[in-house]
Amino acid sequence: MQNLGHVNNNHNDDKVIDACSIFGAMNTLGHRFSGEGVIKAIANMHDRGNGLGGGFAIYGLYPEYTDLYAFHIMYLSQQGKQETEAFLKDNFKIFHQEDVPTRKTIKIINPPLVRRYFVDINMHQPDNALHNDYILDKVMQINTRLCDSFVFSSGKDMAVFKGVGYPEEIAEFFCLEQYKGYIWTSHGRFPTNTQGWWGGAHPFSILDWTVVHNGEISSYGINQRYLEGFGYHCTMQTDTEAIAYAVDLLVRKHKLPVEIMAKVFAPPFWDDIDRMPPKEHELVQALRQVYGSLMLNGPFAVLIAHHGELIGLTDRIRLRPLTIGEKGDMVYLSSEESAIRLVSPELDRAWIPMGGEPVITRLKIGNEQKDGSIKEAIPA
Amino acid sequence: MGSQYVYKKVKTMKTYLTSKFAVIRDPDRCIQCQVCINQCGFNANYFDAEENEVKSRNENCVDCQRCVIFCPTQALTVTGAPLEYRYNCNWKANVIEDINKQAETGGVLLTGMGTDKDYPIYWDHLLLNASQVTNPSIDPLREPMELTTYLGSKPNKLDIDPDTLELKTKMAPQVKLNVPVMFSAMSYGAVSLNVQTSLAKAATEIGTLWNTGEGGLHSSLIKYGNNTTVQVASGRFGVHSEYLNAGRIIEIKIGQGAKPGIGGHLPGEKVSSEVSLTRMIPQDSDALSPAPHHDIYSIEDLLQLIHALKEATNYSKPISVKIAAVHNAAAIASGIVRGGADIVVIDGFRGATGAAPKVIRDNVGIPVELGLASIDTRLRQEGIRNKASIVVSGGIRNSGDVVKAIALGADAVNIGTAALIALGCHVCQQCHTGKCSWGICTSDLRLTRRVNPEVGARRLTNLIRGWSLEIKDILGGLGVNAIESLKGNRLHLRGIGLTDTELEILGVRVAGS
Repeated sequence: MQNLGHVNNNHNDDKVIDACSIFGAMNTLGHRFSGEGVIKAIANMHDRGNGLGGGFAIYGLYPEYTDLYAFHIMYLSQQGKQETEAFLKDNFKIFHQEDVPTRKTIKIINPPLVRRYFVDINMHQPDNALHNDYILDKVMQINTRLCDSFVFSSGKDMAVFKGVGYPEEIAEFFCLEQYKGYIWTSHGRFPTNTQGWWGGAHPFSILDWTVVHNGEISSYGINQRYLEGFGYHCTMQTDTEAIAYAVDLLVRKHKLPVEIMAKVFAPPFWDDIDRMPPKEHELVQALRQVYGSLMLNGPFAVLIAHHGELIGLTDRIRLRPLTIGEKGDMVYLSSEESAIRLVSPELDRAWIPMGGEPVITRLKIGNEQKDGSIKEAIPA
Repeated sequence: MGSQYVYKKVKTMKTYLTSKFAVIRDPDRCIQCQVCINQCGFNANYFDAEENEVKSRNENCVDCQRCVIFCPTQALTVTGAPLEYRYNCNWKANVIEDINKQAETGGVLLTGMGTDKDYPIYWDHLLLNASQVTNPSIDPLREPMELTTYLGSKPNKLDIDPDTLELKTKMAPQVKLNVPVMFSAMSYGAVSLNVQTSLAKAATEIGTLWNTGEGGLHSSLIKYGNNTTVQVASGRFGVHSEYLNAGRIIEIKIGQGAKPGIGGHLPGEKVSSEVSLTRMIPQDSDALSPAPHHDIYSIEDLLQLIHALKEATNYSKPISVKIAAVHNAAAIASGIVRGGADIVVIDGFRGATGAAPKVIRDNVGIPVELGLASIDTRLRQEGIRNKASIVVSGGIRNSGDVVKAIALGADAVNIGTAALIALGCHVCQQCHTGKCSWGICTSDLRLTRRVNPEVGARRLTNLIRGWSLEIKDILGGLGVNAIESLKGNRLHLRGIGLTDTELEILGVRVAGS
């Protein structure tokens, strides 16, 4: 029996309200690059956070384990570790496990244990969709049923590193300057209604999707109720978590293209829809009619990433900032242009997208690159 | 014959009831113009030829204030004139008077309007949120603020061709409302044609819907069909193919909040030639709506009627099913949605009626707030909330109530009493008498002329315009710019002065938490 009185997340019983800095970088050829620039850029927006949360997502991270799900799990107690490791053993084939390497720093006080596991599913079905549902189900179980354990990330060849502190301090703690990836996203957090805790930092992740987010979703109440109808339980009670699940529902389960997903989150106004050509009108009208409860309303700028794609989106009246910079094969998405200019002063192009207009950055080369055959990047 | 209650007419019987109101006439202001005599539908004012003076019969006065408002010299005041019974918490004046009425007539006590009893009004125990600092409020004067609402069944997901981005899902019929406020069902016969014309004109101008009630659709109103909900009720009055196809939505009326479980009775005196034509019944005959539909004795029968109506209209219109909010409303609503209804209308016990037994009006049913909350929760738990829209009615008084209803989970609301008040109704609860001095709930042609459809439509349009501006203000304050972000978003509500159980049913947290 599930202990209904058991609360895994006792840090916030309400939606987390916060403001933030966000920064993302992608090499569109899939070349992996070091995180030093990203760390420098997010540190440059230090004042947009308050030291109560920072984090990074890295894609193309584990070329030696591309076919295995990389679970990054935080433990707040030994009991939690024991329970969860037994659970993992029962449900997965574990190929490799270790503590995530960290260094002792002055700024990071009393960190929890973070371990990583490279696992596969004990199943013989070739259907990848089933695998993903299996992973999703197990992640939900660890987060909601097992004691003191949180899954930071669970995708292949990617991971999330996050915690309480400024992002540059988290980067130092997790030795992130030593890692390489072809997409990086990062986040500095300014929560206002809760003490910071490690599980509440961004990015939020499910499978290989990650979300970093600056804003407050005033529609959270209905977004969360709608997602519950599809089996997603927002255990962290943050709107960012709800966005991560909404992405999973729309893109993975309902198989909607990401362009369409963006139109669900930040739909065009009815006045604009009325002026669209008939086919488009029919489509966008149906999107609002069917997915109105998933519209993200309130100020936000969000970076959504998965293998092969980095997506930037603001709310439809652009109440939070987002700037795009392009330089050669590199694309940067940032709360502030200054952070981009710091790491890449001579941009080919810098621009601010319209409210609600998605910026979708894709690998220029074929999808096979997603699966790990990624060449070492020439250091920029 | 055979009844144990044989009513014997006693030749003379002194009534123990006294006047409830007093018409006070200022002799210095009264110019003896007799306007008050003409205006009163209840003969409360008269001309005493012997004394050459306009006088009042207090015992006839119903406190509708028509004469007060139309007196050209403001000479009249109508005030309460309660009999000072000895103080008693149990045997209050209205209780004693009801007993006397029945002792003198031997009948069922009839009444009109919604219940006037002091039940909790949950709207007044719900408080709305506003955004500050962490989340900017949005200025509706500067930014678009969207109230557009579509009623109808929605699929759980859309299929879109990934290459062409074309929509592959075929959507069920959807009805667009510019404002999520519609007019409640009020039948021709119960209300006058001028009232219905006012509602129809206003609905068309606003971009919302009015509802025929169960009295059919008068031929002069067919042109407003695109803004009309046509009702199919247990009497099936005025239901024919052209009628069904004229409307935008077809509503099966199962129950009414003011009188759950009870049918209707339009007395023959109200069945004029026009009403007779529209209802398709003989002139002067009583129009009796049975308590149940006699072809719906179970949910599977309702399913058949829903599909028969869809067949009859070639699947071009959403089918709505209206029920009264009663104890097991959530289970009933679930059955209705599974039966194929596109819209569920829940009418709370404060909803009004043209005539109902007082004991039913005042004692049967539950508040719509609780019914709505439990139905929305139930449909979500069962994963069928998308399959139908929810519309609520029964005591929606202002834009605040509308916003709270939507936050609890309604797609839209119906207003009946509020719309009639805009047309002049002073809520005197005499709808069942057919004497309405304001010309609303009557078929007396002398009285119905008092509602001018042009003026009536203007007043209704103004009301809804005012409400929609207020709703936009509230949305902006909440930090959202589309009504769908409020719908079912109970985090924006907090309860005040409610028990834990009430909060749990409403799905809201207590103020301050």
